Amino acid sequence: MKKLSILILLIGSGTNLFAQTPDASTGILANPGIIITITLVLIPLLIAVYLVSVKLNNMVKRIRGSKIRSEAKQLAKSLQDMSNEEIGNELLRRKQALEFKLSNTELAGEIPVDDKKGLLHNIAEVNTPRFIATKKKAVKRPDIDPALTKLILWYLCSAAFWLVVGTSIGEYLGIKFVSPDVDHVSWLSFGRLRPVHTNMVFWGWSSLAMIGLGYYVVSTVSNTVVASLKRGWYALYLINASVIAGSISLMAGINNAGGEYREYIWPIMLLFAIGLVITLVNYLQTIARRKTKEIYISNWYIVAAIMFTIVIALVGYLPFWQNGLGETIAQGYYMHQGVGMWFMLFNLGLIYYFLPQQLNTPIYSYSLGILAFWTQILFYTLIGTHHFIFSAIPWWLQTVAIIGSMGMLIPVFAGTTNFLMTFRGNFHKIGSSYTLPFYLVGVIFYFTGSFQGTAEAFRSTNLYWHFTDFTVAHSHLTMYGIIAFMLWAAIYTLVPRLTGKEPRQGWVGAHFWMALVGLLFYTVPLMIGSTLKGISWQEGKPFIDSVVQMAPYWLWRAIGGSLMWISHVIFAYNLYYMIAGKEEIDLQKTVFDELEKLPVKNAIQ
Amino acid sequence: MEIYNNHKRLFGAAIILFIALTMFAAVLPALNAEKNDVPLPGSKPLTVDEMAGKGVYISEGCIACHTQQVRDVDMDKIWGSRPGVAADYARIKRTDLWRNTAMLMGSERTGPDLTNIGVRQPSQDWLLLHFYNPRSVVAQSIMPAYPWLFQVKDYAFPGDVVVHVPDEFRKGITGEIVATKEALQLVAYLKSLKQVALPDGKPTPLFLYGKDSKETGSAQSAGNVKATAAPQLDGAALYTANCSSCHQPNGEGLVGAFPPLKGSKVVLDDNPEVQITIIMQGYNGRASEGFGVMPPVGTNNNLKPEEIVAIVNHERTSWGNNSKQVTVEEVKKFIAGLKPAK
Repeated sequence: MKKLSILILLIGSGTNLFAQTPDASTGILANPGIIITITLVLIPLLIAVYLVSVKLNNMVKRIRGSKIRSEAKQLAKSLQDMSNEEIGNELLRRKQALEFKLSNTELAGEIPVDDKKGLLHNIAEVNTPRFIATKKKAVKRPDIDPALTKLILWYLCSAAFWLVVGTSIGEYLGIKFVSPDVDHVSWLSFGRLRPVHTNMVFWGWSSLAMIGLGYYVVSTVSNTVVASLKRGWYALYLINASVIAGSISLMAGINNAGGEYREYIWPIMLLFAIGLVITLVNYLQTIARRKTKEIYISNWYIVAAIMFTIVIALVGYLPFWQNGLGETIAQGYYMHQGVGMWFMLFNLGLIYYFLPQQLNTPIYSYSLGILAFWTQILFYTLIGTHHFIFSAIPWWLQTVAIIGSMGMLIPVFAGTTNFLMTFRGNFHKIGSSYTLPFYLVGVIFYFTGSFQGTAEAFRSTNLYWHFTDFTVAHSHLTMYGIIAFMLWAAIYTLVPRLTGKEPRQGWVGAHFWMALVGLLFYTVPLMIGSTLKGISWQEGKPFIDSVVQMAPYWLWRAIGGSLMWISHVIFAYNLYYMIAGKEEIDLQKTVFDELEKLPVKNAIQ
Repeated sequence: MEIYNNHKRLFGAAIILFIALTMFAAVLPALNAEKNDVPLPGSKPLTVDEMAGKGVYISEGCIACHTQQVRDVDMDKIWGSRPGVAADYARIKRTDLWRNTAMLMGSERTGPDLTNIGVRQPSQDWLLLHFYNPRSVVAQSIMPAYPWLFQVKDYAFPGDVVVHVPDEFRKGITGEIVATKEALQLVAYLKSLKQVALPDGKPTPLFLYGKDSKETGSAQSAGNVKATAAPQLDGAALYTANCSSCHQPNGEGLVGAFPPLKGSKVVLDDNPEVQITIIMQGYNGRASEGFGVMPPVGTNNNLKPEEIVAIVNHERTSWGNNSKQVTVEEVKKFIAGLKPAK
């Protein structure tokens, strides 16, 4: 019964939102007497509802029947009153109406057409069985500076490279849970490789993709050109160098003493930080030269993300408050601000541009965006220490973190509402687009993943989930479900515009489905298994039992991870295809090119 | 609003708000902790070897799976006798110029917590064997093996610590498997991890969400209805938690490292005195045969007499053993008899 109630709690974590004491909530839910009582109360209620609806249905039928009878009576009476001639005329008119047919020349007329093609083009003709529905092509955009295009593409290609390498390592780590003796090489041992994976996908994949896309968004919504492309290249080199040096040093056993996501030692992280400072200056100067009066909301989020991350890195790496418990407080702050203020804030900025743009509709509410922006800063900054609940950290600080986690519901609800209302009326477009499904999945995981984070922060749920693989599942739901999906959405939107080449639809679909199904295979079993693990710990069973018990769930994780990994290889191929694939010949462009080649005629004044 | 059209004001306001909240939620509490926390009087700084061992622990990324924090919740009581307090960590300072403070509190418990491992498992033989290949002592373990912390030599030199690896894990190695300096330092570090008692006069704080308090409450409400029998403890589970990593689930031990309990003279003896004494005080009587030294598991793990009974009776009735079972009274008597000897 206890397990059952926990599973219910897992599925609908919202139901336990305000229950701070586990004894109260699980005690009540797990009590067989209560469950039986609820069931017993529900049965007659449901039967009553059923009976009332049957009664209502009969009543409606009876009223309708009496109405029909009275109308029939009236009709019969009026027929009796009419003369034969009147009735004959009425029937003739009716016959004519029934036999009327259009000639099909009402609009076109009888004259043969000159232009047989007419105005329609891009018609989706169904001549063969359609295994894959044809999706809409990317919209042609005004030309973009080829130098900027090149810079953005290099950011995106570096990011894709780190995604494939980083998740190959992740996949290998997942295999090690199932087969711990797969190798005995020190550089590849689990403890050393785990931070290589996390840091590579953080700083290599997500960060580089974000900054690259940011270059397009920041300048486009400011209606101006990027302040300095050269600085963009410097930042790219520095961040790549940081990831390369960091990965090698971690595998060699040199790390910053264990704090998650700050495993790179400071000289290596300094490269990344300098890259950020350069990017910040570049973005700010671009915004300062904007040709629009207002600063579009995307730029708030993007610039805030970089500013905050510089502060976060300083708090995480400066040595003045890192002795004893100070390290742990700084660690909680650093790691959670890292994900929430860097990745989430930056991605929201990207989505505020790309989603309305792709739906061809304005963002639903600017005010909700403003609300989400300020409340995210207010609440998110406080929640770091919820990673150390029940630890030696001051109790008040843990409570502040829990309250901040609940406060996060405000920006999450505001943001989700804003995105979904922007989708409203445009849901039919999803089926005919290869990018919109990525946006939709990103938005949905934004809601569920963030809400789950709030649910996890409570003391009651911490009892079950802290220290288990639940955290791993959560971080993949968010960093992958939200961040990676949003980045893919933006990349598939932007790159065809930059290069004029589209990916192959079938392969985009394969990427999407494998990533999504893989993520679910990865996370759902882990969440179930880790809840059982938490229960096993609470019941005081031997520790090794909880390891044995996880085996099937770890296997599912490896299977899901494999699907995700394959989808990344496909993504890399798609990116390659969008950049280096064969260009489809555009008739209009070819005609103009040919015209250019003709000898210049004297221009008419 | 004007602020949204002026980048200096907009971004200025955002960063000021963020820094203010950062000071409140991170920097000031961290500075405060650093200023106020002092080490417990009973704690000792790490020795040079232990410090070097901590370096190995950091390099190998043990923190990926092992925590070092006893939380203030009842389920953590198996990892220490009291919840961790700020003072426990007050000795930990910056590692060196390049590396930050190594608190190593961790965030994943894929493996057991190590706060008190120096008390729970102080056997050097077991720790070394476990590093060489964890599955040689705990079959279901998924911990990585660390063979690069060992050397293979044709002959062991005097002073070398030889690890008696079971044949199936030697993978054809014929020479002696000898622990490197790093392995011994790592062992020294782990053995140094012990919870320090709170200063005299301070009672050990109770864990939150404990079952005991609830049971007392319900017993009181039950009034004069008296429990007729103590709940039967699960001897097999207690054996798994406390004994089987050395003596193995099948009671056969490991050749050359840990003696078997199956058919053991001590276990088959109808008088349980020696068996209980070994559990409570440890044993080195068979070191000459190549077996490791047994730590005082019962004392280290704070086992109650009822738990000792369950373990002893499990050992006496399993794997073909069939000797006289003991009662709680007997165990209490023997334990009481041990006290002055300590």
